[in-house]
Amino acid sequence: MPENKIKTYSIIAAGFGGQGVQFIGKQLALTGMYLDKKVSCIPSYGAEMRGGTSNCTVIISDGDMGSPVTDNPDILIAMNLPSYLKFHKTIAKDGCLICNSSLVSEKSEREDINKYYIPATDLSYEHNVPMNVIMLGKLISATGIFTFDEFAASLEKSLPESKKRLLDMNIKALKLGFDYADSE
Amino acid sequence: MSEMVLMKGNEAMSEAAIKCGCRYYFGYPITPQNEIAEYMAARMPQAGGFSLQAESEIAAINMVLGASAAGARVFTSSSSPGISLKTEGISYIAGSDLPCVIANVQRGGPGLGGIQPAQSDYHQATKAMGHGDMRLIVLAPNSVQEIAEHTVLAFDLADLYRTPVMILTDGALGQMMEPVDFGKLKINKPPEKTWAAAGHSDKRPPNIINSLYLDPKDLEAAVLERYKNKYNIIDEKEVRYEEFDTEDADIVIVSYGIVSRIAKVAVNMLKDKGVKAGYFRPVTLSPFPSGRLGEIAETAKRFLVSELNMGQMTDDVRLAAGCKKPVDFFGRTGGIITTPEEIYNAAAKVLEE
Repeated sequence: MPENKIKTYSIIAAGFGGQGVQFIGKQLALTGMYLDKKVSCIPSYGAEMRGGTSNCTVIISDGDMGSPVTDNPDILIAMNLPSYLKFHKTIAKDGCLICNSSLVSEKSEREDINKYYIPATDLSYEHNVPMNVIMLGKLISATGIFTFDEFAASLEKSLPESKKRLLDMNIKALKLGFDYADSE
Repeated sequence: MSEMVLMKGNEAMSEAAIKCGCRYYFGYPITPQNEIAEYMAARMPQAGGFSLQAESEIAAINMVLGASAAGARVFTSSSSPGISLKTEGISYIAGSDLPCVIANVQRGGPGLGGIQPAQSDYHQATKAMGHGDMRLIVLAPNSVQEIAEHTVLAFDLADLYRTPVMILTDGALGQMMEPVDFGKLKINKPPEKTWAAAGHSDKRPPNIINSLYLDPKDLEAAVLERYKNKYNIIDEKEVRYEEFDTEDADIVIVSYGIVSRIAKVAVNMLKDKGVKAGYFRPVTLSPFPSGRLGEIAETAKRFLVSELNMGQMTDDVRLAAGCKKPVDFFGRTGGIITTPEEIYNAAAKVLEE
């Protein structure tokens, strides 16, 4: 992904309801907001809240905020197979796929995108940390959209006092994803 | 660090209502506006206000009528099918010259339709929000920040003109999270409501709030008075719109609400291809910015209207343009949000003809 050239990132995160897709969207938007970028996040709503597939569209821009929706995201976070199948063909050229290879056995044949596979569900069981934050760690190291420190600071800032005890676990998950070596 | 908070449009609307002195909320659940009732239930008691889930939309709107008659700043919200149920009460409120704010977070229709975003209540909101010679002020914000600002504006306009004001959003704007800065809101003190039926304590003659006139002469006089001292003044003073590069444009894309965000991207895509494209966005759908569109029609070559419906605003643009220039339409309906590429392609197609 051509870093620092894209002034506007469009991101679709998709997975099962309960995998923490909406948290990913909200946390990306919050981090952008803390860094004075223009952000929007449209969650899916309705029956997804009771299970099934869930997705959200996040736009993070250094310039003007335009359309809050996109057909061709720069980045896709695919947390399960139905999400991968639904969205991977829509990723913009030179865009980026972050794929949870624990639940997506297929590999994309596209040559015009950057592909990152990480067995996030397996890692989360192994290390007892949240899977969605592992995916976020991989996302920021793969794309450079935020630095590790920027994102870690946003996690800390957005946690309410009553939940500060969860910070270490989240930072651990973030680091796990961030440092995970690329694999195809 | 900024003082921004990340909020859904529905939540920002609720917080803005409380911030500008609204202390009564009556609603009934319906997707995609449930965050409003949820937020009000949590926050209203903290603010010393009152939030109630009524037994139906019809009950809720009549509670709004009662609270407004007693002089309160009062708010209700629903989504398309629920708004249809409220229309009788809205007409009574208009006929009683009462202020209130009504939010319609639109979803696809007709009937129960769907729960995804749409703008298919344009005609209802701007032309027939109830029976009788009446109308509302209709505001169409396009961002979460603007939803907050328009909520304050809606209460101010409602009190100033003693009329119901509708905030017309949709499922996307309602559910969308964006940063909002409540510090930017200009909060005005509500005016004294000497007309309110809030108890006269034998110190003044009783105020009567009523929409029934059995003598046609009286009813005609009341309606004429309402047009003269309310609707005509609103038409003159309260038209709001945004535009850029509309002079001499090859094509002006006209859109409102969520679509205006998408259309702006399409306009810039057209400009990148060398097309002289312009952007026009009615901010008030009622009163409609007909005058300005008429002026634009003098120099612009054509218009393309884009909405999340079957083209309900197209006739208003045609009337405003006085049939001087072609007006085409592109939109999606049923809960599908159009994309910049689709609007761009629709514009490119009509430009080829």
